[in-house]
Amino acid sequence: MTVRGKTLHLEKLTVSFDGFKALNELTLDVTPGELRCVIGPNGAGKTTMMDVITGKTRPDSGTAQFGPELNLLAMSEPEIAQAGIGRKFQKPTVFEQLTVSENLELALAGNKSFLHTLLARITPAQQSRIYQVLEIIGLEEQHQAPARILSHGQKQWLEIGMLLMQEPELLLVDEPVAGMTPQEIERTARLLQSLAGEHSVVVVEHDMDFVRSIAKRVTVLHEGRVLAEGDMDQVQNDPRVIEVYLGA
Amino acid sequence: MPKYTMWVSAQKDPASGWFLGALALVFIAMPVLSLVVPPSSFIHLSVYGLTLIGKYLCYAVLALAIDLIWGYCGILSLGQAAFFSLGGYAMGMYLMRQIGTRGVYGNPVLPDFMVFIGWKSLPWFWYGFNHFWFAMPMVVIVPGLLAFAFGWFAFRSRVTGVYLSIITQALTYALMLAFFRNDMGFGGNNGFTDFKDILGFDLHSDRVHLVLLEITVLALAGSYVACRMIVSSRAGRVLHAIRDAESRTRFLGYRVESFKLWVFVFSAVLAGIAGALYVPQIGIINPSEFAPINSIEAVIWVAVGGRGTLYGAVAGAVLVNYAKTYFTTALPEAWYYALGTLFVLVTIFLPRGIIGLLRGRTRQERKERLRIKADVAEPSRK
Repeated sequence: MTVRGKTLHLEKLTVSFDGFKALNELTLDVTPGELRCVIGPNGAGKTTMMDVITGKTRPDSGTAQFGPELNLLAMSEPEIAQAGIGRKFQKPTVFEQLTVSENLELALAGNKSFLHTLLARITPAQQSRIYQVLEIIGLEEQHQAPARILSHGQKQWLEIGMLLMQEPELLLVDEPVAGMTPQEIERTARLLQSLAGEHSVVVVEHDMDFVRSIAKRVTVLHEGRVLAEGDMDQVQNDPRVIEVYLGA
Repeated sequence: MPKYTMWVSAQKDPASGWFLGALALVFIAMPVLSLVVPPSSFIHLSVYGLTLIGKYLCYAVLALAIDLIWGYCGILSLGQAAFFSLGGYAMGMYLMRQIGTRGVYGNPVLPDFMVFIGWKSLPWFWYGFNHFWFAMPMVVIVPGLLAFAFGWFAFRSRVTGVYLSIITQALTYALMLAFFRNDMGFGGNNGFTDFKDILGFDLHSDRVHLVLLEITVLALAGSYVACRMIVSSRAGRVLHAIRDAESRTRFLGYRVESFKLWVFVFSAVLAGIAGALYVPQIGIINPSEFAPINSIEAVIWVAVGGRGTLYGAVAGAVLVNYAKTYFTTALPEAWYYALGTLFVLVTIFLPRGIIGLLRGRTRQERKERLRIKADVAEPSRK
């Protein structure tokens, strides 16, 4: 498979909130096309890490590079999104009043200035891209329904679909299966696996069975730093990980 | 695939057709009722009636301006009447210069109030206002520039919600205090009045009032179409998105502050045009137009009519002001109590305003309900 895209390289990131170190010299690499799961107990810094990558939080020190050229720490949130990093939030935040198709339309990659969107018409290419994504996320039937009537699982998929519309190189997915039924979890697993390869995917998740079912490489965070990294079996048998998860 | 191409054009909207049709009817009916129907008839429109309708329609344009930013983008400005007043003042300056030697002091250049406070020459910011071609662009440029400067700072600093409402309120209040001062050069608390003519046409003539009213109808139609085009474009959907989930929109790569800024400027421009149409018909502009209560009343029109529909804002402006005309003659001291009660009742019982009440559940929503029922009945579909 030809892998496009850039490596995400985080080095020695430190973020502290009133003395509490949410991230403590965190160093992490994600290679193009990889599907990486990040796990860790509450307060391990998973969400803060996502916040730093997407420009929501600025670290006290450290570097965050996307490919050799892009310094994420010097970019604004929209710039980072435009550069190809898409994020799915923990709580699905689709635009409830807009239809499924309109949600996808808004997420289209391209010029997002006021004047441009004022005059923009959907091109056939964009139309077929929307159709493609509707198929990937399995919401063809609901394409004209307002997003507010979707089930929780469908909203999560729509949100992933919106990420795909941006044609990102790196997808950050925060707790995709929280609150889903077993069938929905299974579908989500297949969906995320089908996306890796063409995109790099970073999944933050609590659900261990889910992580086991999709992950090739797992990173365990604890107290703002990487505790262990490897495949699921390695990580689960690591004594430090067991200690953190089960308590000493 | 072809069935998916429909959804973009599916936003055909019969309500706009009805609305513009109704305006066309008003456009035709006004000259008929005022010129053709004899004055003795019950349905004859006197110049008083024309002025009143003209006033309602100017307010309707202001309501559209508010609905565009509040109903579609969630910006609750409690100072939009400031832009209305600025447009009105720009028009008033032109009308003042047209008076010329017919003023009480007969000064060909200086308006009466300047002579009265002992000014010897015209201040620089009055230059050019004797020309219609200069004053008309100012009607949109002055409110537009102020909105741009104000919005630039407010939206960049991510001032939203109630904080934004408060500073817009402060903006209009500050302007009111400034315009009350005689040495600002805008006539102090008397403002401008005693206008004589516009482009050489006598402002006291019934026919000129009729023409001004017809222009107002056209301006309302034009404003409606412009707003409708904005809200049904992709930019309109971005505004929607900003209203419902601002930070999410930012993560999609949209510069939220620039969308807010441009739509706010456009709204101010519309308000300015409304003010400029208002002044020659009403015949006076003074600093009380900047009073915060005016902006708040305008927001109530939109809430009563039904926000986020555009035509609802127009309906609200006309109905509430009709009620105001009635009440302030019948029970003047009760008006603000009635308005306050109306606002509370609408907020609690009619969150979508009168339009929401009239439309009931829309076809779209009924379809949704059916769909949900179908999903429940057939859960294994996916």
